[in-house]
Amino acid sequence: MNSQNKVLDFVRKYTMVIALVLVVIFFTIRSDGALLYPSNVNNIVAQNAYVFVLATGMLLCILTGGNIDLSVGSIVCFVGAVGAVLMVNSGMNPVLAVIIMFIAGTLIGAWQAFWIAYVRIPPFIVTLSGMLIFRGLSNVVLKNGETVSIANCKGFVKLFGGGADCYVPDVFHGNGINITCLVATALAIAIFVLLTVKTRMTRLKKQYEVEKLGPWITKMVIISVAIAAIGFRLAQNKGIPNVLLIVAVVIIFYSYITSNTVTGRYFYAVGGNEKATKLSGINTNKVYFLAYANMGLLSALAGMITIARFTSAQGGYGESYEMDAIASCFIGGASAYGGIGTVPGVIIGALLMGVINLGMNTTGVDQNMKQVVKGLVLLAAVIFDVVSKRGGKLISKE
Amino acid sequence: MANILLEMRNITKTFPAVKALDNVNLQVEEGEIHAIVGENGAGKSTLMKVLSGIHPYGSYEGQIFYNGEECHFTNTKDSERKGIVIIHQELALVPYMTIGENMFLGNERGSSLKINWNETYAKGNEYLRVVGLSESSRTLVKDIGVGKQQLVEIAKALAKKAKLLILDEPTSSLNETESKHLLDLMLKFKEQGMTSIIISHKLNEISYVADKITVIRDGMTIETLTKGVDDCSEARIIRGMVGRELSDRFPKRESHIGEICLEVKDWTAYHPVYNERKIVDNVSFNVRKGEVLGISGLMGAGRTELAMSIFGKSYGDSISGKIYKDGKELHLHSVQDAIKNKIAYVTEDRKGNGLILSNAIKTNTTLANLEGISNKGVIDRDKEYKVAVEYKEKLKTKTPSVEQLVGNLSGGNQQKVLLSKWMFANPDILILDEPTRGIDVGAKYEIYCIINQLVSEGKSVIMISSEMPELLGMCDRIYVMSEGKFVGELDGAEATQEKIMAMIISGAGQAVQSTEINDVEFDKKE
Repeated sequence: MNSQNKVLDFVRKYTMVIALVLVVIFFTIRSDGALLYPSNVNNIVAQNAYVFVLATGMLLCILTGGNIDLSVGSIVCFVGAVGAVLMVNSGMNPVLAVIIMFIAGTLIGAWQAFWIAYVRIPPFIVTLSGMLIFRGLSNVVLKNGETVSIANCKGFVKLFGGGADCYVPDVFHGNGINITCLVATALAIAIFVLLTVKTRMTRLKKQYEVEKLGPWITKMVIISVAIAAIGFRLAQNKGIPNVLLIVAVVIIFYSYITSNTVTGRYFYAVGGNEKATKLSGINTNKVYFLAYANMGLLSALAGMITIARFTSAQGGYGESYEMDAIASCFIGGASAYGGIGTVPGVIIGALLMGVINLGMNTTGVDQNMKQVVKGLVLLAAVIFDVVSKRGGKLISKE
Repeated sequence: MANILLEMRNITKTFPAVKALDNVNLQVEEGEIHAIVGENGAGKSTLMKVLSGIHPYGSYEGQIFYNGEECHFTNTKDSERKGIVIIHQELALVPYMTIGENMFLGNERGSSLKINWNETYAKGNEYLRVVGLSESSRTLVKDIGVGKQQLVEIAKALAKKAKLLILDEPTSSLNETESKHLLDLMLKFKEQGMTSIIISHKLNEISYVADKITVIRDGMTIETLTKGVDDCSEARIIRGMVGRELSDRFPKRESHIGEICLEVKDWTAYHPVYNERKIVDNVSFNVRKGEVLGISGLMGAGRTELAMSIFGKSYGDSISGKIYKDGKELHLHSVQDAIKNKIAYVTEDRKGNGLILSNAIKTNTTLANLEGISNKGVIDRDKEYKVAVEYKEKLKTKTPSVEQLVGNLSGGNQQKVLLSKWMFANPDILILDEPTRGIDVGAKYEIYCIINQLVSEGKSVIMISSEMPELLGMCDRIYVMSEGKFVGELDGAEATQEKIMAMIISGAGQAVQSTEINDVEFDKKE
């Protein structure tokens, strides 16, 4: 492979990471560095927590064949409303309320999943119906869309992140810098490096193919530096937002599921070729069911994060959340035909959207133009993806 | 000396990584049938794409002369205007449109604001009669079989006023009767002055219709053989294609046949949609350990349906009958059950039903046996890699890495990946449905070797094939299937194509005219 091809190959593989870096540099310059203020780094996590969670779930749906779930915004709103009403109006124990919210979300997911997976009603239609149903039911639960404040449910709000003190407490009482956060960052980097080295060692020992040493080290160093930089900024702010822990658990869990488990493999197989998957002895109905039921579960979690962040539930919450999640997936390299996409990719996609959003806020871009820019970014990302896979030819000749 | 209709001079076409065509020359005389043969990847299809303008003028070097003038085709419209029409291997018909609509797609009757439907269907019917179809042009394409669809493609080409008809693997999905009909049609057109180019792997068909044969190997023209002047025997053509004499197309095997491994009794299955139609009708058979069992029959005889209905009821409705394996009765209600009981079905449609083209070789290899590389639902990716490499080497799959996407492989190598997948599932019985369809002579030989290897390990192989020489060359025993029934059983040694055809015809009853019996025997046995 000559050097030009190598560069092309590199760009193709890391398109969105490169785009993310460029966007960060662009807005950092435009905002005279404000983008990377500790509070803003914190904001990227806090403001986009729901996107990370929903996009992860959406990826599974998209993997099964480019099918999207339009109902997640409404489910977020509905589950949030149910939780708020239970905790505030009925004075229910928050733990119990959280369990009920999870169950509610999963049941809604399962309801839609049943029609999609076993009756084979197109997902677009089932979830469009869900979008209407649960938006309407949210307002019913909230008695005509009244706002229910959950500011008094301190434990709940703190756990799911939102108000001013939703951070992991600093046990070392650092002055001006959160030492717990630094320790956790160091720990995270150590675990990451150890795992990466361990995988390589076992592969070498068993004489399997491994990445070249140079790129392998570069990649490891870059990821470590990125974690360190984010961790440091968060430490300069107020430490680790609680919601980051939730998001991290979701991301790690689903990354593992999709890349290392048999169940995860099924999602890719179904999206790649359903008939072949079926003839390989895999129950494809179950795979569809899992994807959409799981989407309900994660929508419930996003619902909790949403009401905790706003310390209230309202009939208009969650609107167009599904679009944020879907856009993140496609920007992050998921294929609109299914079978292709990774959790880390989707997270990069969500981050890219988040940074653009925040960047435009800090540089004072008109609210309406933000939508325009986001729309264009989505289109550009997918065009780039499709065209680069076609070997750089813009116009399809197939 | 007839007039040269088409001449392609020193055509060179380079793709980013490979030189697909290297100074290829081709001369086609008016009114002849010219065959182009070569192994997969030799450059036959690329050459035709250059000719038809799919690879536009400028993207290749060399010259094309048609009717004496040099042509610069930039797209297929240009070449079609000259009367050069190509019919691709993959049929390009829209299933939910009528035959008539398909026939005039892009070439609509009437004006662009008002399509003249009466003319469309009237003309459509006219062309259908020419190719020997009695269907109405208002029939939906999805309602006719593949064989007839191929004929519709030809009718479509005629509707475009074709003067030079190019057929790329026209019979790859047709059965023998259908193929015969198509080839005879070519001969008929020839009498009427049509010039045709045919690309095919089936050498018997080529020697049947072709006046001249151009052999292409590794992107270069090797030779052009003229019927009646040069030796055009299959062995001779194969020598040109592979650059060596294939002394034997089928590897030798010593049969060590053991006990009955699988026995199927009174197996009946109905069509999943038209519930009253019996597709498999009271079939009973058995296969022994170490045996290669063939199932012969025409397309639509129900062979695939039989295999799939046995394979965990993956086809059909109201299935009845009994399956015994090693003397024990099995109840296979799902594909999972079948795999668990060590039965594997390797589909005829490797792209549609067999492989995940967007996935790597390794993921495809392990898909049917993920338990084999995982522990409590967690995949051991190192082990997966190892397994994939092991099978890649065992089956001699040509690929730089098992991380390669299956969609990037050639047909023969895809077939090997598909076989790897099912061999890794470790079955006792493998049902191979058209295992060598659309792959070249060399790869076929390798697949036969793999089959021999499997039975020598004591496994049973059931081979469904539409290529009779292949069944005769490989099988210990052959069942003949016709219209859902088993109409005969032949010992491998005593079976001949004539006997098989006779059984099929007598089984099919009135459906096939007796005059066709002899016609079908164009394929001379060596």
